[in-house]
Amino acid sequence: MFQYEFMTNAFAAAGIVAVVSGIVGYFLVMRGQTFAGHALSHIGFAGATGAGLIGLAPLWGLLGFTLAAGIVMGALSDRISNRDVAIGVVLALALGFGLLFLHYYTSFATQATALLFGNVLAVDHGMIATLAALGVVTLVALAVIMRPLIFATLQPELAEAKGVPMRFISTAFLAIVAVAVSACAQIVGVLLVFTLMVGPAAAAQRVTTGLWSGLIVSALLALAEAWLGITMAYYTDWPVSFCIALLSALAYFVCLALPAKTNGPAEAGPSHHHAH
Amino acid sequence: MTAVVALDHTTIKIGGRTVLTDASFAVEPGEFIGVLGPNGAGKTTLMRSILGLLPPSGGSIKVFGRTPECGDRSIGYLPQLRTVLPDLRVRGLDFIGASLHGERWGVPRLSHQDRHMIEDTLDAVGAHELATRPLSQMSGGERQRLLLAQALIGNPKLLLLDEPLISLDARHQEVAINVVKKVCRDRGITVLFSAHELNQLLGAIDRVLYLGNGQAVLGSVDEVVTAPVLSRLYGAEIEVVRASGHIFVMSHGSDVERTDHGHDHGHQH
Repeated sequence: MFQYEFMTNAFAAAGIVAVVSGIVGYFLVMRGQTFAGHALSHIGFAGATGAGLIGLAPLWGLLGFTLAAGIVMGALSDRISNRDVAIGVVLALALGFGLLFLHYYTSFATQATALLFGNVLAVDHGMIATLAALGVVTLVALAVIMRPLIFATLQPELAEAKGVPMRFISTAFLAIVAVAVSACAQIVGVLLVFTLMVGPAAAAQRVTTGLWSGLIVSALLALAEAWLGITMAYYTDWPVSFCIALLSALAYFVCLALPAKTNGPAEAGPSHHHAH
Repeated sequence: MTAVVALDHTTIKIGGRTVLTDASFAVEPGEFIGVLGPNGAGKTTLMRSILGLLPPSGGSIKVFGRTPECGDRSIGYLPQLRTVLPDLRVRGLDFIGASLHGERWGVPRLSHQDRHMIEDTLDAVGAHELATRPLSQMSGGERQRLLLAQALIGNPKLLLLDEPLISLDARHQEVAINVVKKVCRDRGITVLFSAHELNQLLGAIDRVLYLGNGQAVLGSVDEVVTAPVLSRLYGAEIEVVRASGHIFVMSHGSDVERTDHGHDHGHQH
C-alpha cells in the first residue's frame, strides 16, 4: 500500500498527529478537562466553516477559533473550564454557528464531512509540513510548562502557595490543547478528536502509574491506533476515522478490563476502603 | 528570639468579608499550636495569609520576622484535603516529586538526591510503601500521610497543617497527631495544626489558637478554652464542660465541635 503517495502522506500526517495527541491528551485526562477538549474541537468547526466563508484555509479558521476559545476558557478557568453545562452550551452554540456559516457558503458544504469526520487520505506535503510545525510548537510549549502544569494539576492549593502562576498555566495549557485539537481534527475530524486525544491517554492511565511511562504508552497507543486504522481502512475500504475510533475504543476497553496495575505490595481487590 | 509567626493589630479581609479584626499574637519557635474555631472562622484564610497569598488589609503579619512571600521554602503546607480528589493513578513518588520543584519551568525530573530526600521523608512518617502505590488506591489515612511527608520535604521550620484529620477515623487521627508531634519535636519545627475537635489534640499541643467572630486568642488551653472567652468568639453563650480529661464546648446543650461537622447545623434546642 506504500506505493501510493496518498498512503505515505496519510501515515506521516497521522503519525505526527497521533504522537502529539497522545501526549497532550495525557495531561487533558490527568486534569479532568476532556470535555473542554471536546468543546474546543466543536468551536473549531465554526472557525473552519467561517474561514471558508472569507476564503481562508479551514485549518487557520480552526486554529484561530480553538486558540481564542482555549485562552478564554483558561483565563476564566475558575469559573467555567470545569463547568460542564457552560461548556456544553458554548459547544452547541459553536456547532450552530458552524452550520450557519455552511448555510451561507454552500459550495463549501462538500467539505463539511471532511471537517467533521476527517480526511487523512487527502493530506498533501504542505499539510504534513504544517502539522509537523504545529506538533513541534505544541510539544515544545508543553515541555516548558510541564513541571508547574503537573504540580498545579495534582495539588492546586499547594502550587499556588509555592508561587506557581495558576491562571497562566491553565491558559497556556488550553492554548496548547487548542493547537493539538486543530492538528488532530485534520486527521480524524472535529467530532472524533476524542479517539486520539482521550482514548489512548485514558487507556495508558489504566496500565501505568509512572508519569513518563504513561506518556510513552499514551503516545505509542495513539500511534498504533492511527497507523493500524489507516491500514485497516486500506484493506476494508471502511472510513479511516471509523477504524481509528474502533481501535481506540477497543484499546481503552481492553485496558479497562485488565487488572489495574498497583506496583506496590499485593493488596486484594480494588481497595476503596476510604475512611468516611 | 524572633517569633515564628507574629500578628500585630492585623486585619484580614477576603472578598469584602472581614475574617480577622485587629488581631495580635505571637507563636514562639518550636511550639505546637492547635488552631480551632467554628467553621468559617478563618483558619484556612489565616494560613493563606501566613503563606503570603493574602496580604492583611491592616496591621502586619511577620513570619520569621519578615513579611511572608509566596513560595517561602521555610514553610511547609498541607492544604485542606479537597472533597473530590480525582481518581489519579499517579504513584506517591511522582506525586511528591511533582511538588518538589514544581514552580520551576521545564520538564520534571528527579535527581538521585531528590529521590533520597522523598524516600527519607516518607520513612520519617512511616509511609515508605506509598512511594510506589498509585494515589487512587490509597486510603484517606495514607493520602494524608503522603501529604504530610510532602509538607516536610525541604526541612521547613514552620508547618501549616490545615485540617489534616478531616478524613480519618479516630485511630488514624491519633496516629497522625503522634507522627506530626514526633517529627516536629525531633526537627524543632513550629506547627500550626487546625482541627475541628480539641480533645484529640489535648495531649499534643503546647498552646491553642482559637479563632471566631473576627478575633483570635492564643494561650494555654486553660486560659483560652473557658466559657467567657469562647462565648465571645462564638458570639453565643458557650459552656465549657471538663470531664475525665476531655473538654466539651457546648452551646445550648449540644456539643459545638460535633455539630460543626454537619453542613447545616441548626441548633434544635
